[in-house]
Amino acid sequence: MIAELGLAALWLAAALAGLQLFAAVIGLIGKGDDAEGAGIAGLVRPAAIVQALLCALSFGALLLLFARTDLSVLLVATNSHSMKPMIFKLAATWGNHEGSMLLWVSVMALSGGLIALVERRLPVRTMIATLGAQAFVGLGFYAFLLFSSNPFARLAEPVAEGQGLNPLLQDIGLAFHPPTLYFGYVGLSVAFSFAVGALLTRQVTPEFARVMRPWVLGAWSFLTIGITAGSYWAYYELGWGGWWFWDPVENASLMPWLAATALLHSASVLAARDALRAWTIMLGVVAFSMSMIGTFLVRSGILTSVHAFAVDPERGSFILALLTIYIGGALVLFALRANTVAEGERFSILSREGALVVNNVALSAILGIVLLGTLYPLLTEAFDVRVSVGPPYFNPVGAIFFLPMMLVLAVGPMLRWRNDRLERIRWSAIGLLALPVALAIGLGISLKIDLLPLLGMALSASVAIGSLMPLRGRALRRVPLATWGMVIAHFGVAVALFGMSADTAFQKERLVAARVGETVQDGPWSITLKSVEPVAGPNWTAIRATLLASYDGGPVQESHPQARSFWAPPQDTSESALLTRWNGQLYTVLGGEAEGDRWQLRLWWKPFVTWVWYGGVLIALGGALALIGRVSGDLKRRRAQARNIERRSAGDPLMENPA
Amino acid sequence: MSGSALTGGLKPKHQRLVLAVLALVAIIAAGILAAWALRNQASYFYVPSEMQANPPEFGRAVRLGGMVEAGSLSTAADGVTWNFVVGDGEARVPVVFTGIVPDLFVEGSGVVAEGSLRQDGTFVADNLLAKHDENYMPRELENMTPDQVRQTVAETTE
Repeated sequence: MIAELGLAALWLAAALAGLQLFAAVIGLIGKGDDAEGAGIAGLVRPAAIVQALLCALSFGALLLLFARTDLSVLLVATNSHSMKPMIFKLAATWGNHEGSMLLWVSVMALSGGLIALVERRLPVRTMIATLGAQAFVGLGFYAFLLFSSNPFARLAEPVAEGQGLNPLLQDIGLAFHPPTLYFGYVGLSVAFSFAVGALLTRQVTPEFARVMRPWVLGAWSFLTIGITAGSYWAYYELGWGGWWFWDPVENASLMPWLAATALLHSASVLAARDALRAWTIMLGVVAFSMSMIGTFLVRSGILTSVHAFAVDPERGSFILALLTIYIGGALVLFALRANTVAEGERFSILSREGALVVNNVALSAILGIVLLGTLYPLLTEAFDVRVSVGPPYFNPVGAIFFLPMMLVLAVGPMLRWRNDRLERIRWSAIGLLALPVALAIGLGISLKIDLLPLLGMALSASVAIGSLMPLRGRALRRVPLATWGMVIAHFGVAVALFGMSADTAFQKERLVAARVGETVQDGPWSITLKSVEPVAGPNWTAIRATLLASYDGGPVQESHPQARSFWAPPQDTSESALLTRWNGQLYTVLGGEAEGDRWQLRLWWKPFVTWVWYGGVLIALGGALALIGRVSGDLKRRRAQARNIERRSAGDPLMENPA
Repeated sequence: MSGSALTGGLKPKHQRLVLAVLALVAIIAAGILAAWALRNQASYFYVPSEMQANPPEFGRAVRLGGMVEAGSLSTAADGVTWNFVVGDGEARVPVVFTGIVPDLFVEGSGVVAEGSLRQDGTFVADNLLAKHDENYMPRELENMTPDQVRQTVAETTE
């Protein structure tokens, strides 16, 4: 009954999306009432709100089915198991293709409903066009779900037990990783709808940028958290000791993030200075395109990975068709309308806008490099040449644009809008540029490390100091929240960059076969294999090593890496063990048994590696603070306007001309 | 650093043009760089018979895929170095790998080794990718000779 209810709600929601699109089209081409947002066009907002409720109901139904482990439902039977802990039962709802698409659609519908409910700043027609675009995008996903990925399909005969969830995915990280990325993707779809709406009605204004910005900020913060969490998950779950592999699946999440970062900064220019109009629209289209390309790469089965839940060519073609329709349509619209978007305000090269243009260009270049590197193996495969593209390509080529961008990041926030004078910022700029040069030379002479980590470390110092410069000489209590957000996010970039560089430069790896009782040195650590014993969990058995580790002769800490065997489904994984200090982590992996009663151990001392993720968290926190600052600022302004209108209607002579 | 001279002397319209040209140049440069680096840095995939007929440069990063021959797997005295032979029914390439082998790495199973060819004809692997489960098989193994496909299918459906 619950499954049928969920499916019915989904069909109704799809029908409402159809109504929403129809009403929006009538509103855009109609005259009289419709053109003013009344009549049929007046249905757009209510349709969006009801659609959101129905989608939430449908997703709730699926959650309930998983919580109860209803084995008469195909999706539950293939992805869950009655013996699983509750949190993993719930996480299994989106740990598969159908459920994750339903989550996507639900979040999208909820966003549309929220916009319809609260957003009043845009012109009526732009609003109608935006919600129409939102419904158009939504309809594609409804069709995808209902025709090729029905999450509520029943089994003819209920099975006795479910097949379980891939053990690699049975992890607390999973409960958060996909939803955060989806919130990010969906946020970018909202930005896309706003861009299409503004383009359709030719209303590319600072007000449009202010309306779109919270969605971009939110999407960007979620993507940042999603990527950070995904990186940490790969780090400790895969047991390979790295935090970024340039795997196509990782790139699929990085590309929308790069585009969103550029969009965020260009939207700021548009909101503050009414410049970069067409460029901001273009980035809105590109950012959503990257989310769709990412989804296509990950879900079509064109890449084999832990993310390709269902290798089904039909689904791949479906996503590809959606991608072509949305992106192709948006680009055609852009080509037709871009020349009618009036030129924005002008600015000089040495200005905040100028620095942000450099940021945008560098981010776009990096995006292009990552996209090419990700698609290249797929292209050559069409010619039957199989290649893989990895760090030797991405690191140096990306760095050519990334490192200069970091320099501009250090200096840019000090610049004034529109036009700045070199004399004003000369000393701080020279300081910020000279510091990394001096550091690089100093570090390069005293330590023997590779060029890229060396430059990364040197630049991180510059970025850290530069990021704090906007606070200089200001009363900290008066600094707006949005500025704090910028400062914290930029500081987070410095922290992450330092962590990446320091780990790359200084990590120490030991690979040994050790007898019980034997002691091994790894960097400053001395590690003793105390014992190896069998252990059992709720759905796995394992052998577990007990290691006694001491940092630089300090107190002894225990570490317990495991080699686990899951039995539903049967699979072996190795569980690494981590000892965290403020200045890094000891990462240990237990391998198999070697000849002569020895056990294989892989030990890494990874200095400052945790800073990679601390930085990611800071960046996301900065985004969240900026979002709160912007939204609360908007709310204040709205209340002030409401008061003004009240006073005016009360005939207050002093308020004839409110600002 | 010559920005003040530049900005002082130029009309706003020209500054806009300069920015646009700079952006265009940067994007084109990125494209050319990427294309050049992809030709040089992409690591090609070989099966043993290709590697024997047309070996890659020594030391260049490539990938080798095939079946771990039965009876060829042995460990060295240090307990963490593995020697085995990867074959595709036509040719055989000796491989040496130092590290912890993946969970499903056994004789007779498919493997993709990342590494490079040494002067003596041994393939030095930095990393081994083995079949994690039926849903996570190195992509290259999907396109092997019919013989190997049969073998792989037989394994997967066991």
